[in-house]
Amino acid sequence: MSENELKRTPLNEAHRALGGKMVDFGGWDMPVQYKAGVIEEHLRCRTSSGLFDVSHMGEIWVKGSGAIAFVNRLTTNDVTKLVDGQAHYSALTNEKGGIVDDLLVYRFNEEKLLLVVNAGTTDKDFAWISEHHSEADNCTIENVSDKFCQIAVQGPNALNILQKMTETPLDAISYYHFSEGKVDGIDAIISRTGYTGEDGFEVYAAPQFAEELWNRFLELGGFGDENGILPCGLASRNTLRLEAAMSLYGHELGDDITPYEANLGWITKLAKGDFVGRQALAAQKEAGVSRKLAGFEMTEPGIARDGFDVYVNDEKCGVVTSGSPAPFLKKNIGLAFLPPPLAVVGQEIKIDIRGRQVGAVVVPTPFYKRQK
Amino acid sequence: MSNIPENLRYSKDHEWIAVDGDVATIGITDYAQHSLGDVVYVDLPRVGDKFETHDSFGSVESVKAVSEIFTPLGGEIAEVNDGLNDAPESVNNDPYDSGWMIKMKMANAGEADALLSAKEYEDYLAASE
Repeated sequence: MSENELKRTPLNEAHRALGGKMVDFGGWDMPVQYKAGVIEEHLRCRTSSGLFDVSHMGEIWVKGSGAIAFVNRLTTNDVTKLVDGQAHYSALTNEKGGIVDDLLVYRFNEEKLLLVVNAGTTDKDFAWISEHHSEADNCTIENVSDKFCQIAVQGPNALNILQKMTETPLDAISYYHFSEGKVDGIDAIISRTGYTGEDGFEVYAAPQFAEELWNRFLELGGFGDENGILPCGLASRNTLRLEAAMSLYGHELGDDITPYEANLGWITKLAKGDFVGRQALAAQKEAGVSRKLAGFEMTEPGIARDGFDVYVNDEKCGVVTSGSPAPFLKKNIGLAFLPPPLAVVGQEIKIDIRGRQVGAVVVPTPFYKRQK
Repeated sequence: MSNIPENLRYSKDHEWIAVDGDVATIGITDYAQHSLGDVVYVDLPRVGDKFETHDSFGSVESVKAVSEIFTPLGGEIAEVNDGLNDAPESVNNDPYDSGWMIKMKMANAGEADALLSAKEYEDYLAASE
C-alpha cells in the first residue's frame, strides 16, 4: 500500500511536526516513535506521563431500546451489569467461540452504548455486527469512527494534567468509568481507561479539535521539560501494554483463539444467557483448553519475537505471540501459547531464536503492576 | 542529516569499515542506527569464525525489530566488541567509535577497494531516500 492510500488521523501533521517516524499500521499512517525514542517514551509514561494518538480506533454507536440486549447477544461480558457512565472490556465472538475483536463497551444510558474497537478490525467488526443485526433488535448501529478523535494521556501525572483542562472532577471518575464534559472548552468523553498499565484517561472528541487538544496536553504536561510529558508512538504503546500483559489483537487474540485460551475467562459470562459462541465456549470450559497464554522472561541473552517457537525437552510445544525487551523492567519478556500443564509459573522453556534454543521461564502476569 | 565520516569506507548494507593493513573494523552507520531506533541487544560472532563476503555475521536488535548484519568483506573474526553486551546503546550514541562491532582479518585486502567512499555512500543514501 502506498503512503497516499494510508488512512490518516487528524493528528497526522502534528506527528510529523514532532519528528514522528511514520509507519503503515494496519492501513494507518501512524508514528511508531518520536525523537525521544521508544525507551525514553516508555519510561516517561511510567514515571511521568505519555500522550498517545489513538484516533485510529473505531467507534460504533448502538442506540435504541434493544441496545443492551443486542450487544449482550454479540459479546462475552454481561452488558446488563453496566450502569450509566461505566465501561467494560469485552470480546465479540464467533460461533466457534473465536474472538472477532476485543473491545470496550460504554454505557451512556440504557438506550445508548458506544463500542470502541481496534483500528485494523473496525470494518470487519461493523460488517459482523451488521450481519447479526435486524429490525427486531430495536436498535440502530452506526460506524462513527471518523467522527471521533481519541487521545490517551497515561501515567502518574495524567490526572493532574487533564484536570488543568477540565472542570469535571477527575478523582470522582473511577477506573473503567467515564463522564461527558468539557476539556479545554471542547465537548468530550472523559474515560478513565488505558492500555499502558498506568492510571490515565482516554479523551474522545470531534476530530476537528484533535490538534488543539493534543497541543494543550503537551503544553500543560510540560513537554520539553526534563520530566515532562512525551508524545508516545506505537512502539512504546506496545511495550507498555506488554509489560502490563494486556492482549493485542492479531497476537494474543484472533478469530481462532477463544477467550479461555487467552486468559479472558473473566470477561466470559456464560451465566448471562445466550450469546454468539456461547455453546462452543461452554463446551470448551467443560473439556478444558488445549493451549493457554503464559508470560515468560528470558533467562539467557536473547529477545523472543512474535512467532518464535517454544520448546520443552527438545519438543516443540508452543509459539510466542508477543515478545520484546521490557524497558521499565529491564528484562526480555513475552507471551506464548503453551499446553496448560506447561503454562505454570516456574516452568523452564526454550525459545527458538533463529535456530538457537535460548532459555526462558514462565512467570506470573502482569509482568508490571503499578504501585497504587 | 546523517553523520558520514570522510575517512571510512561504507557498504550498501549501511556498515562502515575502517581499514588498517589487512584488518577491517566494522560497525553500522549513523543512518543505520537511526533507522533501527534504540538498540537493546547485539548478537556477535566468535573470534576465529570465518565469513564470506555478504554473510550474515550477527544481528542488531532494537526494541521493535531485529536486523541482520552482513560482512562487507570476507575473512576471519579477529576481535569482537564485548563492550556491547553491557552497553548496546553505544551503537546509537557512538556508532563510529565505541559502537564498533567486529575486527576482521581480511581474506583479500583488495576487496576493501570496492567499498563505497563517504561521498558515494552519501549519494547512495540520497538516491534511496
